[in-house]
Amino acid sequence: MNEIWQGLIKAVELIVSFDQEVMEIAGRSLVIAVTSLGLAALVCLPLGGLIHARQFRGKKTLVTLIQTLYSIPTVVIGLFVFLLLSRAGPLGGLNLLFTPTAMVIGQALLVAPILLGLTISALSGVDGLLPDTARSLGANGFQTSLVVLKEARFAVMAAVVLAFGRAISEVGVAIMVGGNILGYTRVMPTAISLETGKGDLALSMALGMILLFIALIINFGLNRIQQG
Amino acid sequence: MTLIETVGLCQKYGEHDILRDVNLKVEPGETLALIGPTGAGKTTLLRLLNLLDIPASGRLYFDNADVSRASKARQEARRRMAFVLQKPVVFNSSVYDNVACGLKWRGVMGADLRTKVDPVLETVGLSVCRDRNARTLSGGETQRVAIARAIVLEPELLLLDEPTANLDPVSASKIEELIAGIIRQRQSTVIMATHDRSHGERLADRMAVLMNGELTQVGKSKDIFASPGSRDIAEFVGAENIIGGVIIASDDGLATIDAGGRLIEAISDYPDGEEVYACVRPENIILSISASHDSERNSFSGEIASVASMGPLCRIEVDCGFPLVALVTKRSAGELVLEKGKTVHAAFKATSVHVIRRQG
Repeated sequence: MNEIWQGLIKAVELIVSFDQEVMEIAGRSLVIAVTSLGLAALVCLPLGGLIHARQFRGKKTLVTLIQTLYSIPTVVIGLFVFLLLSRAGPLGGLNLLFTPTAMVIGQALLVAPILLGLTISALSGVDGLLPDTARSLGANGFQTSLVVLKEARFAVMAAVVLAFGRAISEVGVAIMVGGNILGYTRVMPTAISLETGKGDLALSMALGMILLFIALIINFGLNRIQQG
Repeated sequence: MTLIETVGLCQKYGEHDILRDVNLKVEPGETLALIGPTGAGKTTLLRLLNLLDIPASGRLYFDNADVSRASKARQEARRRMAFVLQKPVVFNSSVYDNVACGLKWRGVMGADLRTKVDPVLETVGLSVCRDRNARTLSGGETQRVAIARAIVLEPELLLLDEPTANLDPVSASKIEELIAGIIRQRQSTVIMATHDRSHGERLADRMAVLMNGELTQVGKSKDIFASPGSRDIAEFVGAENIIGGVIIASDDGLATIDAGGRLIEAISDYPDGEEVYACVRPENIILSISASHDSERNSFSGEIASVASMGPLCRIEVDCGFPLVALVTKRSAGELVLEKGKTVHAAFKATSVHVIRRQG
């Protein structure tokens, strides 16, 4: 118990003193998670809008498939990206394995089903007469899409936050395609896993606290936006 | 000069024909009521007129330009009109932003926006709700936002789909007053769909009757009410007495119709032997205890089959060999002691009978 208490005090000291290693790992985690999220959002939000707007054969099956992929194990994505980027893989020539880029690709693939599926759900919640109302008042196609997206903004934002949470906290992809290389691909979850194994509870707890703090800030911001 | 014109316009949903061969012309500044029962195709026609949907076939001209298909011309034409949908949907923003949205999409910004929006909010009586979220408004207020959102655009063509449907009588009356005011004050052309024929009669210059996807009659409201073109239209416009018969004699425009042994005299040019319907509006039938009406060429005695109260009026059904429905004031019904089973005389003038040829 005493050891945990000591670790907790040291963890707070590491955060308050802006310890270089802690800040570097936290910063890298944020950059990789935000980049992968941005990449996935860039593709999935418009694609979700397109799937929602179009009627085609197999649409229900596709949506069910996307929803099933919400809970895909991170190690399965890790394995897939590993096979893709390994020397023997189809993209092996790019030499991306064990780089932050590989982690971004893996995390983007991991959060894509969540973003895609929840965007479709969010848009389904918008009144079907809303696009017609906008068009009848003179909105062009782009303006109509913005109106629909604006109506679904809170649900879409929740999807983005959820996806960010999954990206920043996952271990499987980060370890398998990042390799947990100190100063290069080590991020908060992989560092916590490693340092706990080594017995350095203080560093693990400091990083854990930062992860929780980030989650808190994001949720606080989202609530403020929804209330405003 | 015509503002909007449809030529042979048809619309289908799947295999079903929703509109068939609709030919309609509307002049600038005119108010046209599109009347017809629920499911007649009124909303479908308004959606085509607002260029929200592409017709299955036929042509649509707005200001003499063919806007049936070409997408750029359709967008430009749509911006010269506004459509208030039957079930108004407001955006999840303030009343002001809802009313301003159409102008913003047309590039109006800043002070110009306020100068246009604020007077319209005043007109529809929503200035006090200016900053409220439009989703928190009542049904009547929501309808007013929808109307404000449309009129702020100063459209050349304003399309209204059942603007008083789903509203309580007080709200419906306020909306009707508002629309009447808009029609009086603004020069825009209005096409309004309604299943409430009296609503159309009060507000419109002309009426177009839509039945089962076909435009069956277009004309002045008094002409449609007095001279419906078919049995369906007669039923819809409230000619409750539609009596089937055959013309057995005609002389100088005055025809005698044999209705199952009872003879009805009416003004008609149809020849002898023609199978017809004689339509008489309930308000044109006079009930009395004794047959003493000299000017009425038609007088039948019969027993009262039913008496029903309708606000200040009573609806009396008399069995004269054929059922005849009359509307009398409650006061008259009381004075004449009109009760079920009592024998009365029902009389109406030959000029009150509208004769329709039986088809098919």
